[in-house]
Amino acid sequence: MGKKLATQSTSQSRSKSKSKSKSGSSGLPLSKQELTKIHDLMVKSRALEERMIKIYKVGEAYFWIGGPGEEAFGVPLGMLANKGQGFDHDWLHLHYRCSPTLIAMGMDFLTPIRLIMNKATDKCTGGRNFSNHYSFPEWNVAPVTSPIGVQYSIGIGTAWAQKRRKAKGITIITGGDAGSAEGDFASGLIWASRKGSELPMLITVQNNKWGISTHYDEQHGEAHVSDRGIPFKMRTAVINGNDPIESYIRLGEEMAYIRKTGKPVVLEASVSRLFGHSSADGVNRRDELDCLEEFEKLLLKKDVLTEKKIKQIKDDYDKEAQNAQIKARAELSPEASTIWDHFYVNSESGDWRDF
Amino acid sequence: MANMAQSIRMALHYGEKHLDVKDVFGQDVGAPMGGVFTATQGLETSWNTPLDERGIVGTAMGIAMTGDICVAEIQFCDYIFNTIDLLKIAGNTNWVTNGNVSLPLVLMTPVGAGIRGSVYHSHSFDAIASRLPGWKVVMPSNPLDAYGLMLSAIKDPNPVMFLKPKALMRVRGEELIPGEPANEKELKAMIDQPVGGSAGWKAKWPNLEEHLVEIGKGKITRQGSAATVVTYGRHVLMCNQVADDLKKEKGIELEVIDLRSIYPYDWELIKTSIKKTGRVIFVNEDTEVTNFAEHLSYRVTQELFYELMARPKVLAGKNLPGIGLHANLEEASVPQVPEIKEEVISLLQEIP
Ligand SMILES: Cc1ncc(C[n+]2csc(CCOP(=O)(O)OP(=O)(O)O)c2C)c(N)n1
Ligand SMILES: [Mg+2]
Repeated sequence: MGKKLATQSTSQSRSKSKSKSKSGSSGLPLSKQELTKIHDLMVKSRALEERMIKIYKVGEAYFWIGGPGEEAFGVPLGMLANKGQGFDHDWLHLHYRCSPTLIAMGMDFLTPIRLIMNKATDKCTGGRNFSNHYSFPEWNVAPVTSPIGVQYSIGIGTAWAQKRRKAKGITIITGGDAGSAEGDFASGLIWASRKGSELPMLITVQNNKWGISTHYDEQHGEAHVSDRGIPFKMRTAVINGNDPIESYIRLGEEMAYIRKTGKPVVLEASVSRLFGHSSADGVNRRDELDCLEEFEKLLLKKDVLTEKKIKQIKDDYDKEAQNAQIKARAELSPEASTIWDHFYVNSESGDWRDF
Repeated sequence: MANMAQSIRMALHYGEKHLDVKDVFGQDVGAPMGGVFTATQGLETSWNTPLDERGIVGTAMGIAMTGDICVAEIQFCDYIFNTIDLLKIAGNTNWVTNGNVSLPLVLMTPVGAGIRGSVYHSHSFDAIASRLPGWKVVMPSNPLDAYGLMLSAIKDPNPVMFLKPKALMRVRGEELIPGEPANEKELKAMIDQPVGGSAGWKAKWPNLEEHLVEIGKGKITRQGSAATVVTYGRHVLMCNQVADDLKKEKGIELEVIDLRSIYPYDWELIKTSIKKTGRVIFVNEDTEVTNFAEHLSYRVTQELFYELMARPKVLAGKNLPGIGLHANLEEASVPQVPEIKEEVISLLQEIP
């Protein structure tokens, strides 16, 4: 499982990286507190996904799709987001591999587990949608949608509303490499970068080199998806999304730039797809670089954590995830009659039989 | 006996070998996957596209404009909606160019619920497809018809939309495709890609023969004179079951029509049956408001009003924004066997 991704060596940036080192005793460019926090959240997110895969495999969910392998990118993104509701907080338009980001923002285990098990208590979708299709208005987290790419055009609108108010919040968008072929991605670039009307958007792509079964090289001619920002005079960056330290520092820099200038950035992060596309292709562990394993090796080497401590963190989260499953299992399923709920806001009926 | 995925695969193979099909393309349609339902495994002309539905439909139209023949796929009809204006153009091209330019292409896409596909793998498209004048629209209910309709679609000089009921992709038929080996295992060994992957594998195609199902022609799947049930796709199986149950339980004989073609449709078949039964129900799973069946039902009232013994009925999917994942939700959203049975019984009980 230790195969290095080729993309690691291509890690580069067109914007100058000025990562100031606040190196702690480990010799790494982040403090021990930051390193252990990132690690803790990565373990937590992985524990959640592994539990959800188990839930699928034992037949307690119809379908699994999620983000194991994207923790090194997703966790720093969630830590750096300005979380909250309203214009002075960031808007997040995420796709179906976003559990690391939401765990870093403080999502508990019960919420995603109720969602994947389609319980009546699933507050994100009411038992209606697939796993990882979240919506958290209280954190400006836009609904995760199945149609690929739409977040790149919807994000324009939240950024526009933020800009109008000169608000503190920025708009953050994530998505896959293959999905950047959709027209929405081009809309995002064009609308974000108009001279004098630039939008405060962090447009990101998590490049795992695959769209279901089709390799990146069969879908794209451009070396990096983020290069597509260049003709629009946008700041672009390519980072190693398998490295949480690099992700944390670089995301922090790019977000600071957007907050300061109100201008957009296109950022591509190389990541792994550790369990294939979804339960549709078997959901078995793939031979790709595991960002969590790599990070743990580093933290052990630098004496930031011990084997014992790592095991304890993992065991605790595994237990917590298991308990969430046990709790959710005992909860009720959505009733057939709920199909008409929320057709319109404020319980107005949309069933023509009621007109 | 082939399942529907295998029969479509064989039809596409027949197409590339005998009918000059030059491209079969779409997301994950080529190797290594051969389509999310395996319907394009082992083909010589299949290839993977970018994740861009508009690109797929546009490319098919351009290829067709040159006179080359292609079959394109939208991975799930749930993702076809951003191509609607291209579909409009494909449908109106022959008409608006005064017959100068035709677009002989086939666009196939899986439709419908029934596999716990949640909000975005459960949409139907027949009602919207029926509102795209210039297209022919077909939807098979069994592997042999899928084979025959696909060959007819490939041969047709117009754009043809081939709707694949996704819940039937693994369902086997009762009749062999001409040339298909009788032994299921033998067929599987010949044309199913091994689980290990596509590398180094080549399909061994049976010596298939031409079999056409004429577009515009339906089929009676159960004969009877108590009432007419007009349906298509996976609801043919459900309506057949209702007919079989009612026959066994009450001795009532329904006439079930598998329309097979949504547009143009087999009015003669519908009309003849309703003249015999005086009662009709139309069943499909697309949303009920401005459903295609409403057109058929309207026509019945206009042309057969005085032959009717009961008001024509339409039983379709609830007019909801989507189909929820949990079984309780999905089953309450699209017609199921018990509901069809109930509606049929109330149709039979109506006193004129
Ligand atoms: C508009 C649309 N077309 C097709 C699909 C089916 N589909 C789901 S995921 C996927 C591949 C996505 O690949 P990528 O964008 O690279 O994201 P990844 O899954 O690799 O993270 C496809 C084709 C879809 N969900 N939406
Ligand atoms: Mg990808």
